[in-house]
Amino acid sequence: MTNETVIKTEDLTKRFGDFTAVKKISFEVKRGEIFGFLGANGAGKTTAMKMLIGILKPTSGNAKIAGFDIYNQTEQIKKNIGYMSQKFSLYEDLTIMENVQLFAGIYGLSDDEIKQRSSELIHKLNLQNQADKLVESLPLGWKQKLAFSLAIIHNPRIVFLDEPTSGVDPITRRQFWNMIYEAASNGITVFVTTHYMDEAEYCNRITILVDGVIKALDSPAALKEKYNTSSIEDVFVLLARGAKRND
Amino acid sequence: MRALKFLLRKEFIQIFRNKLILRAILVVPVVQLIVLPLAVNYEMRNINLSVVDLDRSEYSRRLINKITSTGYFRLTDFSESYQKALNVVEQDKADIIITIPQGFEHELVRENKSKIMIEANAISGQTAGLAVAYSNSIIRDFNNDIRLEWIQQPRMNAQPVIEIVSSNWFNPKMNYKYFFVPGILALLVTIVGFLLASLNIVKEKEAGTIEQLNVTPIKKHQFILGKLIPFWILGLVILSIGFVVSYIVYGIIPVGGYLLIYLFAAIYLIALLGFGLLTSTFAETQQQAMFISYFCMMIFILLGGLFAPIENMPDWAQALTYINPVSYFIEVMRMIVLKGSGFFDLLKHFGIIVLFAISFNALAIWNYKKTT
Repeated sequence: MTNETVIKTEDLTKRFGDFTAVKKISFEVKRGEIFGFLGANGAGKTTAMKMLIGILKPTSGNAKIAGFDIYNQTEQIKKNIGYMSQKFSLYEDLTIMENVQLFAGIYGLSDDEIKQRSSELIHKLNLQNQADKLVESLPLGWKQKLAFSLAIIHNPRIVFLDEPTSGVDPITRRQFWNMIYEAASNGITVFVTTHYMDEAEYCNRITILVDGVIKALDSPAALKEKYNTSSIEDVFVLLARGAKRND
Repeated sequence: MRALKFLLRKEFIQIFRNKLILRAILVVPVVQLIVLPLAVNYEMRNINLSVVDLDRSEYSRRLINKITSTGYFRLTDFSESYQKALNVVEQDKADIIITIPQGFEHELVRENKSKIMIEANAISGQTAGLAVAYSNSIIRDFNNDIRLEWIQQPRMNAQPVIEIVSSNWFNPKMNYKYFFVPGILALLVTIVGFLLASLNIVKEKEAGTIEQLNVTPIKKHQFILGKLIPFWILGLVILSIGFVVSYIVYGIIPVGGYLLIYLFAAIYLIALLGFGLLTSTFAETQQQAMFISYFCMMIFILLGGLFAPIENMPDWAQALTYINPVSYFIEVMRMIVLKGSGFFDLLKHFGIIVLFAISFNALAIWNYKKTT
């Protein structure tokens, strides 16, 4: 982790009609940090993330991603980030290799780079025998690991992960977090939303979002100390109890 | 442009991996081109005829013989009274009644003129119109025959007679298939191309894959081009299959040559696919896209001039055909295939279709938002 700020938001707000999904959130994320975004279903995590990756226009407030403005420099932002959505969104009717080549190609990697990175990726995921199989035939855990590897194939400055481990078994989740640590140690900032409280403990700092508002922002240890609890789960329950949108 | 290369490769892999689509692309044009022109016939044959012959004379028999021997009419009823013939029509067993009055021969021979009554069941105006027209021309023929028998041709024509002889240009044998097949072909390219294009982007919306593309630095026009080019090539392939079938089955070779047709089709497909992609950017689900494209296709086809001539439409409907790209393609196909029109004859059509191509695609790119 360095002192370089890669994400900076100021009073970022998104309203849909009368409904305020995200209300005046402000925070900073440093380069190489693993930044956790916690919240119940409907707390506004995904909405906040979509504004940060440039596919949703904010109602008010400001944010800079990798130094670029989220209002009018969204295309530059897109060159510098990776994204893995909540819903699996690689091409199921393409093979693993074809997906890798497609996304590497779209991000402008040269043929040599594509060759090198794809063989690295296949090797790391232990998919040598599956490289020519259709993605739809893979189990969910592998799909998620593949999606993450593709999200960072172009060495982005920041990778955004939206509930990347939901529905995945504990062993695969552990492997997944090892991949996240590795990416972070290579200088990629990781912005991750989750509602698994054990995963929150793996983050350098976490934000707890309740009804679109930031209720807490600190390292897991500091939060536990502040609220005098033994786990992040207790902190979360304490803060989220008053939520109106909880379902 | 490098991103476009990868998008195109992806799109082609997906098309060739989808066996059903591939088969549909190959089979649909062949089947439709073989079945439809044979089934849809603009000529009337086997018009059910009821005759009321109250004269029962030599001449009335000759007239009836002449009518039934043409092949257009089928004598299904021979009634002794007009009332009975009417009953037959009411039972839908006859389409037309020809009543030959008593004294037909007598008047014809004595007074040089006589009357016949023709009545057609006009539930279908087109059938009735054709039936009456056919019988009129047969009776005129009959009239000429007997006149030739009676009148000794004077050496000098005392009464000059103007005889109208028609010759049919561009389709001398009046073969309706020559007229119909180019239109069907235009329609085929339209339906397959439009449907594939209109469903494509929506499919990615449903699968969520479009979101993954939207967070990449890919350009909007690259994305649209990546969708347009594969279907453009497919459309031209379908057109070529269609020409092969129409040559083998109907022996049709465009009088004006293939080059001009392909040139027009190439631009037309860009316009059509642009419209399909525009639909696709509006719809959220494939179901919605299907509904929109079905609606548009119905209007395009029925106002396209394939089945009902545009000249017969009311003014407001004719005005609508000006903004219907399909009507231009059908017209151009017929003009080149049958008449052999050249590029300068089609300047107006080319100009309009270029405008369509530019505006539809500009709209599609504009309406494709890289946001959710």
